[in-house]
Amino acid sequence: MTIPIEYYLALSAFMFLVGVTGVLIRRNAIVVFMSIELMLNSANLTLVAFSSYLGNSVGQIFVFFVMTVAAAEAAVGLAIIIALFRNKLTLNIDEINILKW
Amino acid sequence: MSLEILLFIVFSLISVISAILMITRSNAVISALYLILNFAGLAGLYLLLNAQFIAVTQVIVYAGAIMVLFLFVIMLLKPEHEKKFLEAKPKLKIFAVAIAAIIFLQLIYLLFFSKPSESLSPEMTKSIDSGTIEAIGKQLYTNYLLPFEAAGFLLLAATVGALILAKKKIE
Repeated sequence: MTIPIEYYLALSAFMFLVGVTGVLIRRNAIVVFMSIELMLNSANLTLVAFSSYLGNSVGQIFVFFVMTVAAAEAAVGLAIIIALFRNKLTLNIDEINILKW
Repeated sequence: MSLEILLFIVFSLISVISAILMITRSNAVISALYLILNFAGLAGLYLLLNAQFIAVTQVIVYAGAIMVLFLFVIMLLKPEHEKKFLEAKPKLKIFAVAIAAIIFLQLIYLLFFSKPSESLSPEMTKSIDSGTIEAIGKQLYTNYLLPFEAAGFLLLAATVGALILAKKKIE
């Protein structure tokens, strides 16, 4: 382990903020969803880095559960997007404003 | 320069560049393909960290299953191309990028100011053992059995929920 853990954490922080930027600037619902996956993955990288540097596998088990939740979230989220598309015929999140007061 | 550092640079460059390309492409299919490339780079980083099981799961579950679902939905719905970056609401977007950059700089400052690596004493052999499927399986089926079962139930609930949400309403 010649690489200090800071570099992994900095890479993870960068990817997380790219994901945040994607959520904020993109208007396509599916791309916003993919940016959320990117953020989940950067959190996974942090967990794996700490797990590996501490010699403890609990972090990797947590990553396993995060992947399960991400798979469930992707399935349900995409189903919601399909249902929305059927009603509004658009994926632009600026036009999906039926819950806006 | 050792091989580990070289591989770290290569994989992190793949991850960073594909992440940036993913959020800047106007075509959703190309975004999804760059996200797959990003996941592949991350799998390489997991291998560098001696997390073999997580690396393989990353490729199979994320780059395989989840992204196929995404691509399938994109091709099913055919979303229109988005406008260029500065055509719609440029002030809001520049503000978003600026906020993200400020938070990134804060995190970097915090990281290299507090230096977490000084309080870690990495033990190479221990860490190689902790990433094998044997160690993770042993933990999953003993100490983490209940969360494991709950994760299985969560997947079942998500399958049923996705089917109910996406199916056509019967009049």
